Amino acid sequence: MTFATPNLVPAYPEIFLLVALGAILLFDLFVAETSRFLTYAYTQLALLATAGFLVLGATGSVLTTFNGMFIDDPMARTLKLVGVVAVALTLAYSRAYNQQRGLYRGEFYALILFALLGIMVMISANHFLTLYLGLELLSLSLCALIALQRDSARATEAAMKYFVLAALASGLLLYGMSMLYGATGSLNLGLVANAISSGAADPAILVFGLVFVVAGLAFKLGVVPFHMWVPDVYEGSPTAVTLFVSTAPKVAAFAFFMRMLGGALSPMVADWQSMLVIVAMLSMLVGNVTAIAQTNIKRMLAYSTISHMGFLLLGILSGSVGGFAAAMFYVVAYVLMSLGGFGLILLLSRDGFEADQLEDLKGLNKRSPWYAFMMLLIMISMAGVPVSVGFFAKLAVLSAVLDAGMTWLVVYAVLMSLIGAFYYLRVIKIMYMDEPLQTEPLVAETDHRILMVLNAMAILLLGVLPQPLFDLCTISITHSFHG
Amino acid sequence: MSMYSLYLLVPLAPLAGSLLAGLLGKKLGRNGSHWVTTLGVAISFLASILIAQDVFAGHSFNGTVYTWLTTQNVSLVVGFLIDPLTVTMMLVVTFVSLMVHIYTIGYMHEDPGYQRFFSYISLFTFSMLMLVMSNNFLQLFFGWEAVGLVSYLLIGFWYTRPTAIYANLKAFLVNRVGDMGFLLGIGLILAHFGSLDYATVFQRAPLLVHDTLSLTGGTSVSLMTLVCVLLFIGAMGKSAQMPLHVWLPDSMEGPTPISALIHAATMVTAGIFMVSRMSPLFELSETARVVVLVIGASTALFMAFLGIIQTDIKRVVAYSTLSQLGYMTVALGVSAYPIAIFHLGTHAFFKALLFLGAGSVIHAMHHEQDMRHMGGLRKYMPITYVTALVGSLALAGIPPFAGFFSKDAIIEAVRASHIPGADYAAFAVLAGVFVTAFYSFRMLFMTFHGKPRMDHHTQEHLHESPAVITIPLVLLAIPSVITGYLYMEPMVIGHYFGDAIQVLPGHGGLEEMRAHWQGVGEFIQEGVLSLPFWLALAGIASAAALYLKWTHIPALIQQRLSGLYTVLDNKYYFDRFNEVFFAGGARCLGTGLWNVGDIKVIDGWLVNGSANLIGRFSQRLRRVQTGFIYHYAFIMIFGVFILMSLWFVKA
Repeated sequence: MTFATPNLVPAYPEIFLLVALGAILLFDLFVAETSRFLTYAYTQLALLATAGFLVLGATGSVLTTFNGMFIDDPMARTLKLVGVVAVALTLAYSRAYNQQRGLYRGEFYALILFALLGIMVMISANHFLTLYLGLELLSLSLCALIALQRDSARATEAAMKYFVLAALASGLLLYGMSMLYGATGSLNLGLVANAISSGAADPAILVFGLVFVVAGLAFKLGVVPFHMWVPDVYEGSPTAVTLFVSTAPKVAAFAFFMRMLGGALSPMVADWQSMLVIVAMLSMLVGNVTAIAQTNIKRMLAYSTISHMGFLLLGILSGSVGGFAAAMFYVVAYVLMSLGGFGLILLLSRDGFEADQLEDLKGLNKRSPWYAFMMLLIMISMAGVPVSVGFFAKLAVLSAVLDAGMTWLVVYAVLMSLIGAFYYLRVIKIMYMDEPLQTEPLVAETDHRILMVLNAMAILLLGVLPQPLFDLCTISITHSFHG
Repeated sequence: MSMYSLYLLVPLAPLAGSLLAGLLGKKLGRNGSHWVTTLGVAISFLASILIAQDVFAGHSFNGTVYTWLTTQNVSLVVGFLIDPLTVTMMLVVTFVSLMVHIYTIGYMHEDPGYQRFFSYISLFTFSMLMLVMSNNFLQLFFGWEAVGLVSYLLIGFWYTRPTAIYANLKAFLVNRVGDMGFLLGIGLILAHFGSLDYATVFQRAPLLVHDTLSLTGGTSVSLMTLVCVLLFIGAMGKSAQMPLHVWLPDSMEGPTPISALIHAATMVTAGIFMVSRMSPLFELSETARVVVLVIGASTALFMAFLGIIQTDIKRVVAYSTLSQLGYMTVALGVSAYPIAIFHLGTHAFFKALLFLGAGSVIHAMHHEQDMRHMGGLRKYMPITYVTALVGSLALAGIPPFAGFFSKDAIIEAVRASHIPGADYAAFAVLAGVFVTAFYSFRMLFMTFHGKPRMDHHTQEHLHESPAVITIPLVLLAIPSVITGYLYMEPMVIGHYFGDAIQVLPGHGGLEEMRAHWQGVGEFIQEGVLSLPFWLALAGIASAAALYLKWTHIPALIQQRLSGLYTVLDNKYYFDRFNEVFFAGGARCLGTGLWNVGDIKVIDGWLVNGSANLIGRFSQRLRRVQTGFIYHYAFIMIFGVFILMSLWFVKA
């Protein structure tokens, strides 16, 4: 057995992030409670530098290292960048919230960076073990984050649920992976794909493994029927954590789907396509319909996420490069909208007051027309109304499904988004037409305000000029999967 | 400066003026606004004169200015067709518009919406120029709708008056009916000729003469007839022909300058211009021309009758406009397109003059419009009186005033025509001469002669209008006298229009007139000895007798012929019919659809019904989320089971 020194260059961003993370953990020990801002600032700096590594180190080609366990391709670079930006915004939006709730601690930042590291490893995984490693790093960090408010019963309950169900899902996933390993004799994604296309593997075992892998993946994405944790975790976690849970990990889950289904299992597209159709249809139905009955805005957005993930699956299940690109566009758009939505809820929350009921938005237009307008933009984008990025995201995945020849599925999806429009529009109605319950003006940190405006404007701008982002997604996917 | 840039300058100068006055009106102030707009129109007028010289030197132009978009077989463009017909219209439009701009400075000087008004009338000038200069149907339609829009805005200029809002709504709705036909006609042209370009369409037209369109029930209709009738329906709306005339009298709710510019001299003649422009199409369908002729003749006569009983000075002029538009339409019907345009031109001058004269009177009378409260104004307003007299003489058709030539030419053309309906038309236009002379001099006598009937206060303040008002009157009076004499021979007899207007051999009386032509002098001599002239004199004499000498007789007649009077007073019940049948019917239909369709089917069943269903379903689904972790785990396992079994069932 020989250990050659691996080429570390493709993994520079991850390596840097790990080093910075260790430094922050140490550094935080010596920072006084009153100057916690330094930890925050260093974390943001670390994220900025990671982003710098990602952008400057981009080669546009596909590289593997660590004996083919780690892959660096354009899709990975783009998705990691989205993840880093999402985490940076999450931290900025939640700073004031955390200060008021005793969450303004070094652990919060360290855990989030660990989770981000897990996300980045997942995105770049080219091997079942690397995938699993990233997944567990993410899951355990998330679990700890959810439970960070130790004396809150709801948070602990949510963390408990997440932990148990995630363990179950991991079990399913590992079981599926072992089946695939048994059938193909390899753990490397590329080799697995080759083995399947050669026809040497037993199809029954393969499908058996596939079902379990899809179940494990579906849990990460939070789609029906593996979605049960989503509403409880969204509601139970501190909003700052909810904001995180609903954004960056979705990027990782998308990458996970792409690596497994678009890469390793791509020869079995006919098999997983029909599974995803069922899962996507159920998600859009359950997500949209159940959201209508919600009075808690975090729960409502949880169900909204479930339906969005159903739409995301539409792009993946069309099985074409165009569909993958559309799904990638969708996930980026979704992350933008989710950041904006939860960012605004954070903004409405104050010391000792969680603005998590729909009623709390009543008459927002009278209290702060500007924030109400931004929430309006986010809501119409989530509903998929034109001149918002959400419209083009839906349009892109639907036209991919149409190209795949499943017109009935497009009709179904449009009907579902029609049902979904109801609860998004209700938020607008509540903001603009109801009398406010409270009269206090909204106070927000300057950085939070500026970023919020940029976030909402990005939704609008990408709705007017979606082409650059769409081109980026198409190039990333084409270069990573057919180049 | 090249001719091409001159062509562009003509419509763009008023547009620039309009935008400046409209958007920066507050900054420019009142004086700034009227200067920029008047200057814009003046530039446009001068450019039109230069273009006219060039065109009559033999340089026509037909080309694209800007391609808007091109599809597989149709290209939508902005283009100009500059030929004698176009420049005639350009000259008339820009000249009258310039006069109205100047006049407005005096007439509207107290109005709070001063800048807005200038912006609108300049915008109108731009739209009208785009309409007449177009070389394709799309731009024609754009101009058509744009002038309609400005007309709507200006009728409702005093938007706080309910009557003005009623009137502009009415004008808008009635024009919708006409525009519907117009648009269908353009659509048919696009479908069957494959182009929107005039030249291409005219070139292909002879090949499609015998094409028919089959309708339901096995009947079929000639394509050309259908196209022409539909286009003419558009013209009926814009040029206020019966039964789509009802909006024009009400449009007098707008300020007087726009009554002169839009509702007398230019916009309402757009229909006449359009039909002349389409002469290569109309020449191919006799049926369409008969329709044009009969509708025109009816409008000419029946609308003239209504002028007799009006007491509002502007409404008299409005009905006379309707009647004169009928005369022009009659000329179109007998293929005498050049005469129609000739009458259009002379009418534009003397009718604008009459309207502005009426406006001058109204201005002096502190916005009193009822002639029963006027009288004897001759002493106080000599310039207005003389110019109004010129206008009335021209309208009545007394030589050598402009109206005489154009109107006599129409009558002769009708008499010489053998198209079905020509006899009826000949009677209508002859009878119309008497009525026209009667009501125009009734107006003149009631306003300027006799004893003053206004209250003491108004009488004390009576004085001639300022120069900005009287100068346009004088400038308009000049062409009202001379244009007939000058242009009779070139326009009607000569080849003034070149190829712009096509008349097929054997159509109409124009040929015969040309054959018997002996000169303008002879024409006047013949005119003085012929029936129309004596009918006109009789009209004037009757008016003098009834309104100067035996002033008690009109009331007596009104009493004796109360039945007839009621019919006329109700304008033949057109409005009543529209209100009861169309407006009432539409409201009835709307209420019905609302009650049954909207409330029951859509709201009750589709909207609330489906929402209730989804809502109940939602409550059910919500209960699935129990909060118990073993339920969640069970659902996950069950999901795996379902996915697995589905695959094995499929296999």
